[in-house]
Amino acid sequence: MDLKLRKPPETSSRASSTMVNDISKNLKPDMPFIQFDSSSLGYSVGQDRSMSEVSPQVVNQSHCFYAPERETKIKNHLGPSSVIDWNPRLMLSNLSFLEQKIHQVQDIVRSIISQEDHVVDRGNELAAQQQLVTADLTYIIIQLISTAGTLLPNIKNTLLSTDPAVGQPSSAMGMNTNLSSCGGQKPIEILPPEVAKSSEYDELMKDFDACVGEGDELIKCLNNAGAELSESMPIDDHDAKDYDDGMDGENLPPGSYEVLQLEKEEILAPHTHFCLICGKGFKRDANLRMHMRGHGDEYKTPAALAKPSKEASSEPPIIRRYSCPFVGCKRNKEHKKFQPLKTILCVKNHYKRSHCDKSYTCCRCKTKKFSVIADLKTHEKHCGRDKWICSCGTTFSRKDKLFGHVALFQGHTPAIPMDDAKVSGAPDQVQASESTNGMAEHTGFNFTGNTPNDAQSLDIKGADDCQGYFSPMNFDACNFMGLDEFPRSVYEVSESPFSFLSTGSFSFIQRHGEN
Amino acid sequence: MERWEAGPGVFQKRCHRMVQIWASQSQVPPPPVLNESPSPNASASPLTEPHEIRLYPRSPCHLHGLWQPPRDATALSTPEEVLSGTADVSGAFAFLHPCSAAFPLTLTSLASSFRGRHMPVLSTFSGSSCREGFSVGGGGRLLSSMAETVGNLCRKMHGGEGFDTLTLDLFSRAPSPAPCSYSKPAKRPRVDGAVTMGKDEDRQNPFDFLSEEILFLILDSLESEPLSKKSFSLVCRSFYTAESCHRRELTPLRSGLLPAALARYPSVEKVDLSLCPTVTDTVLFSVGNCLRSSLRSIDLSRSKGFSHAGIESVVENCANLVEMNLSNATDLSDAAAAAIGRARNLERLWLARCKLVTDMGIGCIAVGCQKLKLLCLKWCLGISDLGVALVAVKCKQLRNLNLSFTLVTGAGLEVVLQLPYLEDLALVGCLCIDDGSLLSLKQECKSLQVLNLSNSQPINHAGLSSLLNITVGLRQLNMAYCCMVTHSLTSSFRKLAKLQSVKLDGCEVTTAGLKTIANACVSLTELSLRKCSGVTDDGLSSIVMKNKGLTNLDITCCGNITDLSLANITSSCTSLITLQMESCTLVSKEGFRLIGQHCHLLEHLDLTDNELDDEGLKALSGCHKLSILKIGICFKISDEGLIHIAKNCPKLRELDLYRSAGIKDAGIRAIAHGCPQLQITNLAYCTWITDASLRALSKCSDLNTLEIRGCPQVSSAGVVAIAVGCPKLTKLDIKKCYYVNDGAMLILARFSRNLHQINLSYCSITNVGLLALASVGCLQNMTILHLKGLTPNGLAAALLACGGLTKVKLNSSFKPLIPRPLLEHVEERGCVFQWIDKPFQVPFSSLVQETCT
Repeated sequence: MDLKLRKPPETSSRASSTMVNDISKNLKPDMPFIQFDSSSLGYSVGQDRSMSEVSPQVVNQSHCFYAPERETKIKNHLGPSSVIDWNPRLMLSNLSFLEQKIHQVQDIVRSIISQEDHVVDRGNELAAQQQLVTADLTYIIIQLISTAGTLLPNIKNTLLSTDPAVGQPSSAMGMNTNLSSCGGQKPIEILPPEVAKSSEYDELMKDFDACVGEGDELIKCLNNAGAELSESMPIDDHDAKDYDDGMDGENLPPGSYEVLQLEKEEILAPHTHFCLICGKGFKRDANLRMHMRGHGDEYKTPAALAKPSKEASSEPPIIRRYSCPFVGCKRNKEHKKFQPLKTILCVKNHYKRSHCDKSYTCCRCKTKKFSVIADLKTHEKHCGRDKWICSCGTTFSRKDKLFGHVALFQGHTPAIPMDDAKVSGAPDQVQASESTNGMAEHTGFNFTGNTPNDAQSLDIKGADDCQGYFSPMNFDACNFMGLDEFPRSVYEVSESPFSFLSTGSFSFIQRHGEN
Repeated sequence: MERWEAGPGVFQKRCHRMVQIWASQSQVPPPPVLNESPSPNASASPLTEPHEIRLYPRSPCHLHGLWQPPRDATALSTPEEVLSGTADVSGAFAFLHPCSAAFPLTLTSLASSFRGRHMPVLSTFSGSSCREGFSVGGGGRLLSSMAETVGNLCRKMHGGEGFDTLTLDLFSRAPSPAPCSYSKPAKRPRVDGAVTMGKDEDRQNPFDFLSEEILFLILDSLESEPLSKKSFSLVCRSFYTAESCHRRELTPLRSGLLPAALARYPSVEKVDLSLCPTVTDTVLFSVGNCLRSSLRSIDLSRSKGFSHAGIESVVENCANLVEMNLSNATDLSDAAAAAIGRARNLERLWLARCKLVTDMGIGCIAVGCQKLKLLCLKWCLGISDLGVALVAVKCKQLRNLNLSFTLVTGAGLEVVLQLPYLEDLALVGCLCIDDGSLLSLKQECKSLQVLNLSNSQPINHAGLSSLLNITVGLRQLNMAYCCMVTHSLTSSFRKLAKLQSVKLDGCEVTTAGLKTIANACVSLTELSLRKCSGVTDDGLSSIVMKNKGLTNLDITCCGNITDLSLANITSSCTSLITLQMESCTLVSKEGFRLIGQHCHLLEHLDLTDNELDDEGLKALSGCHKLSILKIGICFKISDEGLIHIAKNCPKLRELDLYRSAGIKDAGIRAIAHGCPQLQITNLAYCTWITDASLRALSKCSDLNTLEIRGCPQVSSAGVVAIAVGCPKLTKLDIKKCYYVNDGAMLILARFSRNLHQINLSYCSITNVGLLALASVGCLQNMTILHLKGLTPNGLAAALLACGGLTKVKLNSSFKPLIPRPLLEHVEERGCVFQWIDKPFQVPFSSLVQETCT
């Protein structure tokens, strides 16, 4: 397979450059080919050897399409830890063995094709043969990978000088993966037009087809492998916002869609749907339609109330994509690497996030700012109370994790958020006592022993020498064993409560009550 | 004499200060001319009364000792004569009579003569029936030798042979009234006492000779007598200082003056603020600042108004804090818990009903207070398994854990049971613990001794037996209101060899279940089958026969019990101390006879609603040690039976005669005479009771709770007698005593200064009486329904005047008549109003109605 894939340098390079160009748009972490590519080291790198003949010019060109992180990743894979002695003889024998194997598979497939012509309903036999082919192909792939793996240390030097143009063969795989995910038995027909035009690519694909036979079978296997690997794969860093903006793995070739560009004012307008009669604005067209009913019976017909856009399925719907009005933005159609936005909502969110002030601040942490309310709400779900903090500064998303941590380490304490402490803070005692005093003045009553002042004032009133009052032994109003320790005389008793009677403070209460 | 009576009211006001004046004034005035014809009134002059009520001379002999100091040595050489004369008098005092400044020599000789003989003196007293007190009469000079004698006496007291109280009384010399009206000594320059004392040996305060150690010894022995301690502190400066340094516990009624009090008592270890309805942060700041490291315990269990800041200040300043009670602080949050977490030495913590404290807060406490031995998290609904588990992981010293009414589940319980020293675990009403989670418990918890599983409905016998399998060291088990007690449940008791106490209150019980208990347990001392259904003679007898050491048995409302059971109980469990058998109506007089015959150690007997008659009471009087006797709703008993009890049960402290309508004055009089230690009495609806009974009861000076609800023949005179005679009265219920009027309230307010709770409904009390009552500083709980003479204004004034109120029951008709801001203000002080909407019940006799209107 390796040998067959080898092409004259010029053609191969051109093909690869176009494909690389195309694929660079598709660099999405969740795409199987990348996962396969970066984790199943051997395969892509093994292919890379064939690319070492690629002319430097092409290499440069392709270089700019690849993110540097991929480079480092590959370097990591090729680290000194994986140095293995390479035996060319062994490899040659391996390759020739593989060649034989592929021929065998070819024979089987041919026989299947011939059988298909004659007998249609021999499903069982056919299935058995298919299984055989699948098993063989799987074996071939594994062999190929292990063979290629032995090459790893040897390409280390060339890798540093040349560029990791790994994309070429793997991109071919990726393409097919894509196609297979579309479920097509005839992959080439659904290829993007631009790529399909490339004769070199055609040629390549034919070769590929010829040598593998049933490509989709192989791809299925690869897909499975890729899917398995993807589970353990760390997700690549990427621009989450772009992801949000609706570029989730969409791969539309330029020109296959209509590009719309809304104006800034249009994007920021609170309402997008306006009543033609009264001019009232609405966020949703459904709301507008409900509103329209009030303007007359003609708007109440089922037709008027129905969703307007979907006009049957006579024509294939025109694919619309949107451009950001901000010149220089990657999402602007003028940009040379233009990436369109999928929906109007995406445009709105993108524009607000990227080109507007972040006016919404999180009220909990007071640091995070957002321009889209939904983002703030998402953040608030994880900010503040839901954050479980240890005294050592470590934060946890779950309380039980925090408690596990606290239980494990000596001296660590769950940290109480500060705002919580403030909220629960001192009740308004000052206010309360003020109101008490105010009340006292107001009603003309003495509140026995309620506050020191009150008690003193009462004492002064009752006692007729001040020396006594200042004596530290006067504890009439206070008492320390829960008992009133000294009986008082009747006369003293008469002083406090009956003073109410004499001072005429009752009359006030009456007035107060009337109020 | 005239001077004395010049103005007792004025004088009363500052008699506290008088003490100090006399202590600093070296010269004691000559005794007033009382020796001519000392009338009882004069001897009970209000002058001495506020300081030492016990010092009223009770016989001419005393008066002789008091007012006629022997002027020559011969008289002094015979103090024993005086003593022997007093030995037969109830309330005897030894009057070691010092002399005034005129006889310094005789004083010395007296002291020495006394010193030589204090042993016989003491022995005389220990032999006398009433060892009430020992008085060292003062006013003159106590020399150092005297101090030594006193010190010896104090030590003797500590040895337990001596006296219940010791009175060092400077006032028995009856000083003159207020300095302003006292003319004679005014010729002497009255300079500052301290200066005079320093310069002149003669004028030195005699009590200064007593060393601090002796004073502390005296104070130690006064620990249970707050009033005496107070008098003690007012004798002189050194006593005042000594008392200030000695006091360890402070229980203020209001928090307002606490800062000043704290400055006086620097070595207070325990501050109990549970009587203060509002405690502000400012108060707590001052507690923290004044007491610093001496504070070991603080109780805020019934207070509101403080926040985490106050707690923080206490915790930060008081490094030795060991005990903290924050129960019912429903508005405390995690911040407060975090503050508590900084108290590293905390050992006991109560957080009941702190519903805002979450796992985070309890986590802080668990990490911070690792010395915790007791933790109460009752009703802490914010706490889940996580918090509890963290406590169990961090606080390895925990002995006592209360998780009642929390949301803890089996998972949390599993961790808790791994605590190495856990002894007492309460899981009352833990509805999240179910059988399934208990089944998985494997690891043994050997240290656990007390387990309370009351009200845990989800637990059945499968889970319970799994739990009991791992708690092999259990001594006390409470399964009240849990599940049905059957054979399969109780068979798990076999593993519990040390089980001593089983409580099955309110459970459905089968005879087979009880028999299994009988087979499994032989060392039970306490068994409670209160309100159990299905208890039979057969089942109960089988347990009782096996467990001969039973001391506490509760078979309240086990209606099927007959004399057969009692025969088995009395023959087998002769060491029974507590027997509660309310509403066991099948038990006849034969049963009571058996109790009286066999259970001589019985102290607590509850026979409410039984078929008890006089014969039964007579039999029961064989239980001489009875201290609590409840024979309410026994219609057949009369004075005759009660007299037997009175004669034979002198230790009676509590007597409940609720609705025992046959009781009349004669019975109560006999009780009052025969049971002088009576503290709690319920005479509600004993309609024959009159003032005579109350007058008799007023002789029981320890009486603190009296309920005479619905005794229409009681009038003010009776209540007055109680008020004067029972200074410790704290609870009084005189509902429907229609004759009680304002006069009684005036006297009550005057004498019963410790009144906490009162029910005045239907009495003939007006604004005046209520206002007088409002001056009682301790009053917390009032029920004032249907007072005809009460106006909204009077009520408002009373509510305002009574600052310590926490709960008031009022007629709802008053609600719109009292100004709203006033009610709000009173509520803010910590008072809860209950508005009752009951119609006025017509008194049973029209006569009474007439007098009311």
